[in-house]
Amino acid sequence: MTKPVSVVLVGGGHNGLICATYLAKSGYDVQILEARESVGGGASSIKFGGDYTVSGLAHILYGLNTKVCKDLGLDISALKSSEPLNTISLQLDGNHITLGLEAVLGEMISSKDQQAYRTFKREFRGYAEALEPLMMNTPPRLKDMDRKDKFTLAKLGWSLRFGLGAKSMREFLRVGGINIYDVLNEVFDNSALKGAVSFDAVLGQHMGPRTPNTVLTYLQRLWGECQDTQMIPKGGMGKISEILEKAAIDAGVKIRTGVKVKKICVAHGHSDGVVLESGEHVEASIVVSNADAKTTLLDLVGAPQLDAMFCNRVNSIRQNGDVAKLHFALNDLPNFKGLSPQELQHRLIVAPDMRYVEHAFNHSKYGEFSQHPVLEIIIPTIGDSASAPEGHHIMSVSASFAPYDLKGGWSDSRRAFLNRVIETIDQYAPNFSSSIVTSDLLTPLDIEEQYNIAGGHWHHGELSIDQSFMMRPVHGSAQYQTPIKGLYLCGAATHPGGGITGMPGHNAAQRILSSGDLG
Amino acid sequence: MSAFDVNENVSPINFKEVLQPSPFQSRIDEYGIVQEWMSWNGYKTARVFDTLASEYFAIRSTCGVMDLTPMEKYRISGPDALTYLNRLVTRDITLLKPNRVTYVIWCNDEGKVLDDGTVFHLQNGDYRLCSQHHQLDWLLLSSLGFDVTIEKETHDVAALAVQGPTSCAALMEAGLVDIDRLKPFDIGYMTLNGMELMISRTGFTGDLGYEVWTHPDRALDLWDLIFSVKEQGLFDIRPTGLGALDMVRIEAGFIMPGDDFNTAETAVRADRVRSPYELGLGWLVDLEKPYFTGKQALIAENTEPAKQRLVRLVVEGNKPPMDAFLYDQKGGSRIGTIKSCVWSPILKTNVALADIEFQKGSAPIEIWAEIYYQKELEWRATWARCNISKKPFWAHPRSSITPPQKF
Repeated sequence: MTKPVSVVLVGGGHNGLICATYLAKSGYDVQILEARESVGGGASSIKFGGDYTVSGLAHILYGLNTKVCKDLGLDISALKSSEPLNTISLQLDGNHITLGLEAVLGEMISSKDQQAYRTFKREFRGYAEALEPLMMNTPPRLKDMDRKDKFTLAKLGWSLRFGLGAKSMREFLRVGGINIYDVLNEVFDNSALKGAVSFDAVLGQHMGPRTPNTVLTYLQRLWGECQDTQMIPKGGMGKISEILEKAAIDAGVKIRTGVKVKKICVAHGHSDGVVLESGEHVEASIVVSNADAKTTLLDLVGAPQLDAMFCNRVNSIRQNGDVAKLHFALNDLPNFKGLSPQELQHRLIVAPDMRYVEHAFNHSKYGEFSQHPVLEIIIPTIGDSASAPEGHHIMSVSASFAPYDLKGGWSDSRRAFLNRVIETIDQYAPNFSSSIVTSDLLTPLDIEEQYNIAGGHWHHGELSIDQSFMMRPVHGSAQYQTPIKGLYLCGAATHPGGGITGMPGHNAAQRILSSGDLG
Repeated sequence: MSAFDVNENVSPINFKEVLQPSPFQSRIDEYGIVQEWMSWNGYKTARVFDTLASEYFAIRSTCGVMDLTPMEKYRISGPDALTYLNRLVTRDITLLKPNRVTYVIWCNDEGKVLDDGTVFHLQNGDYRLCSQHHQLDWLLLSSLGFDVTIEKETHDVAALAVQGPTSCAALMEAGLVDIDRLKPFDIGYMTLNGMELMISRTGFTGDLGYEVWTHPDRALDLWDLIFSVKEQGLFDIRPTGLGALDMVRIEAGFIMPGDDFNTAETAVRADRVRSPYELGLGWLVDLEKPYFTGKQALIAENTEPAKQRLVRLVVEGNKPPMDAFLYDQKGGSRIGTIKSCVWSPILKTNVALADIEFQKGSAPIEIWAEIYYQKELEWRATWARCNISKKPFWAHPRSSITPPQKF
């Protein structure tokens, strides 16, 4: 047996925790260095307004990978509500539509559209599942392929051709690269239904329904749905991270919080540890970074250690966030027209039609925030009253589009954007604004600062075709490796990308274990 | 602000004037008897002023003067200028002392050569990079992460190359008194008749020679100062064009990016790019120094012998092997092509730079050129034996002696 060697993990986000746990379980000595006061990164709970606890950044778990849960013995079932999580798309007239995993309900929805929705979901979940060989493996290189690369490609080909069948594969290849706008216009009649589905294709991205590539982002969203772990976790996303943290500690991972890494040391093209802000030098055989690619390569490693064109590719990664996060502490439950209090435990969205979403996006193309923002609203206190004082509630909102590089800067526009969001919600729940005790707005700039993500992008970079698979984060650094030997990436910047899925962490660990770098 | 103010930001070059005039243009036009013009980086440049032979022999036997202004010049300054340059080029620039010049090449990420040039260390932390081709985009692209200022100063510095055995004596006669102290690749400064001059003992001829740099406003004064020595009847000084320069640089074994190999930026086909090792410039690559662009690729490439090489060939016979194919024997397999060649008047032989295949890192045992030539409009073919020359074809000891001999 080989002697355990030390691995330093820069950043303890969920992918970092998962990667560390896999490595520790394989017998290696792993240490996580986290800049924040607790691990979890984007999947953590924060306190605000005194007695209110809310998910700081991500607030809905879409698809923590089931293999990861099984491998690491993660039991998250206790955090799940007994009812499956539906999406309710709010309409001004109160005739809301409810989208489930398989069915759509609503007074305005014709039986033709209901049937079309079932077929559409079955078909598209099929495409998403067909991509599984790609998702759970190191993305294969197309040049100088090794056996594993060929095997992954062969499995993908098999899965597309024989898993889907010839007819479905043809359809998949037809829609794979186009936009969700065209596809939904082909499939559905009802504009509210189209708006609701298009919302899922653009959430978290700098994309509107008409942007090419939005079918692929929708499939990635559906891939999460296939994991059957969709939920608004009781106690906030921090509970997920607590479970991950416990699994890591049980596996022998050492975790240090409140220590910010200043520099990744490189000697003779090989990383041999990190230097902390305090000046402390932590030596390690390999360094794994959970941070985004720009932060890792341009700030922590630094351009002088890398090739010029490679640095420019990294610098050109599109990773400016376009979504703001808002938290509201409420002294009364908002009274949404046409919704029972019980229905408020679901995910509420404001995306009444595709034109609304596209117009909201138009603003951000020119450096403005949306005048009529697209919203994802949850009220976690319905299922979990412990997060707020008696009788009070919390509302957590993801608001699109709020560009990172807002024209004129954010400091003068925060209040205006907050008002736009409040006014928008008031249209659906008239008592909302009067019940606000306190509010909290995180622009992408705040996300960058508080969560150490350059650009404040949820996914550490747009999930576009040119930044996916073997090109994620950039070519020359795919497959979890970097040009620096012994330096790996394991965060959302890598394939298959963002969301609280655990897949990048899992794949990175497999890659590191098979690399031979750990002896 | 009137609507026409915008014109101030537009290049002063009139669109009708296809080629840009050099600050020396009025003198160049005066001397350019045959009016044989060509474009060098967009400047109107003489290929030949008078006759090619007289200009060639001016450089080799007396003193030739050539306008260097069109050469791309970049000023590199700021706190990170040194680390920036050291990351850009393959040589260790930390070893370059102030007032010294060095020859450098730079590569892309894949270790393929983008261009060559010279770095002038003007003062502490202030550098000038001269290159054959336009490089501003690559220089700016390489500056990400460095606190450095990069300015193109091609139009802001006028320069003359004064080359040949009598160059030192002629310049001293013109009043540049101290230049005999300059060792090869040294830089000196002086003020003469109110002209701020920078003089470097550098050149592209393989012979004794200097480059004299000044402000464009004083360009004509500098030209007249040098040619006043000729008017006194002391030395024969002739303006020389790019035609003569191409002859002497091949004799000296200097390669020309774009002519002798495809620069990595311009190559379309994957096998057309060349690494320093393939160009015989491995001696310019320091794999021990801190990271530079292409280092990782070059470390990997250096583990295996080069598959092709740019070599210096002496071609037997008197037929110029222009564009000739090379074979491993008469009528054998093709192994390469001639890139540049010249009949060397001073060596009385054909010399050439050629790109040839190396089998397992070794040169072919025999190299034969198939030469096509015309005799009174009738094409003929002949074979000529080629021999690799390890050293530059022309390397006269006078080029490196300090102080230079007075001829």
